[in-house]
Amino acid sequence: MDELNVAPETIVSNNDYIIEMREITKIFPGIIANDNITLQLKRGEIHALLGENGAGKSTLMSVLFGLYQAESGEIYKNGEKVEIKDPNDANKLGIGMVHQHFKLVDVFTVLENIILGVEPTKNGFLQKSQAREKLVELSERYMLKVDPDALVENITVGMQQRVEILKMLYRENEILIFDEPTAVLTPQEIKELMAIMVGLAQEGKSILFITHKLNEIMAVADRCTVLRKGHCMGTVDIDKTTKTELSRMMVGRDVDFIIDKAPCKVGDEMLRVEGLSVVNGHKTTVSDVSFNVRRGEIVCVAGIEGNGQSDLVYALTGLMKETGGAILYGSDRMSGGKSVGSVNGKYLHGKDTGDVVYVAKDGSNINSKFLHVGKSELNKEFCPQNDEGGHKAVSLRKINRTSIRQRNAGGISHIPEDRHKFGLVLDFPLEYNLVLQRYFEPEFCKKGILRKKNITKYANKLIVDYDIRSSLGAKSLTRSMSGGNQQKAIVAREIDKDPDLLIAVQPTRGLDVGAIEYIHKMIVRQRDNNKAVLLISLELDEVMNLSDRIYVMYEGKIVADLDPKEISVEELGLYMAGAKKMDNIGARDNPFLNEVLSIEERLNDGKLPENKRNELKKAYDSVYERFVAREHEYTRPNVREEVGNGKQ
Amino acid sequence: MILLIKYTLLYGTVLSLVAFGGMFSERSGIINIALEGIMVIGGLCGVVVLSLLPATFSPFLAVVITILVAAASGCIYSLLLGFASINLKADQTIGGTALNIMATAIAMIVAKLVNGSESARVLYSNKSFLFKIGTLELNVFLIIAIVALIFAVIFLYKTKTGLRLRSCGEHPQAADSVGINVYKMRYLGVGISGLLGGIGGFAYIVPAVSEWNFEVGVSGFGFLALAVMIFGQWKPLRIFLAALFFGLFRALANISSSTFLGDLNLSSNIYNMMPFIASMIILALTSKRSRAPKAEGIPYDKGSR
Repeated sequence: MDELNVAPETIVSNNDYIIEMREITKIFPGIIANDNITLQLKRGEIHALLGENGAGKSTLMSVLFGLYQAESGEIYKNGEKVEIKDPNDANKLGIGMVHQHFKLVDVFTVLENIILGVEPTKNGFLQKSQAREKLVELSERYMLKVDPDALVENITVGMQQRVEILKMLYRENEILIFDEPTAVLTPQEIKELMAIMVGLAQEGKSILFITHKLNEIMAVADRCTVLRKGHCMGTVDIDKTTKTELSRMMVGRDVDFIIDKAPCKVGDEMLRVEGLSVVNGHKTTVSDVSFNVRRGEIVCVAGIEGNGQSDLVYALTGLMKETGGAILYGSDRMSGGKSVGSVNGKYLHGKDTGDVVYVAKDGSNINSKFLHVGKSELNKEFCPQNDEGGHKAVSLRKINRTSIRQRNAGGISHIPEDRHKFGLVLDFPLEYNLVLQRYFEPEFCKKGILRKKNITKYANKLIVDYDIRSSLGAKSLTRSMSGGNQQKAIVAREIDKDPDLLIAVQPTRGLDVGAIEYIHKMIVRQRDNNKAVLLISLELDEVMNLSDRIYVMYEGKIVADLDPKEISVEELGLYMAGAKKMDNIGARDNPFLNEVLSIEERLNDGKLPENKRNELKKAYDSVYERFVAREHEYTRPNVREEVGNGKQ
Repeated sequence: MILLIKYTLLYGTVLSLVAFGGMFSERSGIINIALEGIMVIGGLCGVVVLSLLPATFSPFLAVVITILVAAASGCIYSLLLGFASINLKADQTIGGTALNIMATAIAMIVAKLVNGSESARVLYSNKSFLFKIGTLELNVFLIIAIVALIFAVIFLYKTKTGLRLRSCGEHPQAADSVGINVYKMRYLGVGISGLLGGIGGFAYIVPAVSEWNFEVGVSGFGFLALAVMIFGQWKPLRIFLAALFFGLFRALANISSSTFLGDLNLSSNIYNMMPFIASMIILALTSKRSRAPKAEGIPYDKGSR
């Protein structure tokens, strides 16, 4: 993002402050959210407001927008003192805000959303044509392309954001507040937004840009005010500063941007997803998705929000039923689950399988995997030999129908996307949340009665080990804890279980740099301990830094299989936006498959006479050969395979 | 046949009026389960006033006054729901249910007081509400329902207030952020709903018969209207058509004994059940696809963002 083409800044005189917040102090019970903060916004500048979560950025902006009243301090506009008691006052002063969660009505058109609240009317009747003219004029002037008659629910997130910006422009606001505007955008959209912001500033609008992404600040901001724990750490000119300095101001110490990881040592396959589909409501959200995760690697499913990642995770963790495909899991801690056989992405049902699936150990690449089934000698005979010439195999269990608890106990951990919805019972004390998946274990429960002493003891241990901070320790109400510490509690609970497979969804969403660094370290440690990690993330930096392999999901399908060392962020962005696609991913319908399976089934029949059996075996061999040949056609001659082998 | 049309229009009118009421309320974000109770109160006040008017009173004025009384009483009663669910942020379903139970009780007490006896029957004359086109007997409420339909379409889709009201039912935070008073809009929605519900209750009782026993309330028509509203997808024209459709089923029950249907020797209870069974089936089939206002049922709290 550093090489963005930023137009030269507009020149402003030093004393021309359009908004000045002087010595603002805002106190909440027990905490000083803003302590004597002064913020000066020049006309026509992009002013970044940087700080970790809980640093007081939102509080300060809420004071400016009239949502909170400051205990002391004054606000000036163009040198005149003003009172802002509610958002309407702010609107009247020309202050507009693009909220982090868009305030748009889904079923209204773009035009209706823009005029809502300031509708042009004649005798109480809407005059839409008049508003439309103004909108078209504005969108041309500021290069904000929108379709006035499209329903908001049908347009992309990027366009929704443009609607929000147009809403401010339609109201002729001069001071535009952007609250973490890039969180939901693709890299291309971010680039566009940056250009739009620069354009707006050139037109004389003054922009306040709340963020904790340093790259974006370096790219577009003129000046930056840094907050830390409610204090103002100063305002700096971006020209005269560096990313490192900014982050030191924000966190108070040096932060590692690049995660230090050893090369990965890939082990046995831990998770294999084959042809998985999920239907949510009437929409197929996950469609024929196949991938695998092995011990000792972090595999990332990247993608823009809403492309099926959530439902994929729900299916893997058991929160939602899949509608097709198989989830195969390799830990022997798993009880239950159906024993299966599987050939090239299609799994067998029923009795033709043994207790476990034997997967040839070189099935590391899903496109070249040959796996076979069963415990009988006959079956092993057909199990393709691996490089060493043996029949080394790993066992996988099909866990589609296992319960969530079985999966939990079987060594699958889940750091959920929405920590409030799936991660924590907010009105429980911290200690109960820490044993939420284990309260029934003998250590914590005796004859149906909870052993509170043990629970508290265990909670205290986690609090120390994972540095979870709260006011009352184990007894703190979870709701009262900060987001970062809530997330740490989840991470502690999930990792302390010593899982074989960690599924981490957006593990650092909404967290500050310090907490992100910590959680990333925990995830890497998990991988270095020879565990499998599946990471689902929307944050490009996180994807690029953490993962050993990247799958990109777009509209429910895996569209790319990438190596983070070999691609650029921009290229990854193109895949995420659906602009680029790899062939042959997931499209592996081998016409010989059914034949192979049906002959196998007959061979497995013990009552088959010997002469018939030999005949059948011959037929099988020839079909199998064709099957394998076809398989090789599908196998992409790609770098991935070589690199993958190199790693082993 | 004429009889069938007469009854279809009669019930269709009632259902569309009440369902329009429900629509206004839900479009502003308040689930109005209390429609049944509002109908009872509106019907009660209208009927009591009607029965108390001297026989010499001008028929035209009597119609106007009683309808206004019904509307006003329904409106006031609905404001109780508004107060509970908007200001006190109470659960709207529970509040509505409480109002339903209370309404029947109030109606019985008042009706007995008016009678001065143990019976909750009230007698009145309904002649002035009826008029004829050819042999088809109609009532004034049909005109009111058509006016309400036109009003609803124009109000919701063509006016500023309609746009604002709808935004409060979909995304009140968005409405608030652009300076719309969500509380005011929701009161407006509930108020209109009470007004139409009150008239609807009156329209259910008066045109058909000339005495009413308030122990039966309005026999579930408020709930049927909710089904009509859902079947009509919260859209005025569709609701009107849905109301006529449901009205037809209800009308079949009324004429069953006097026409060829009577020859089938089926119990009249079966016909009485039909609209309810139809509504169950239709709701079961359509509810999956129905798109209710997104924020309905959720009390709006300025603090939570």
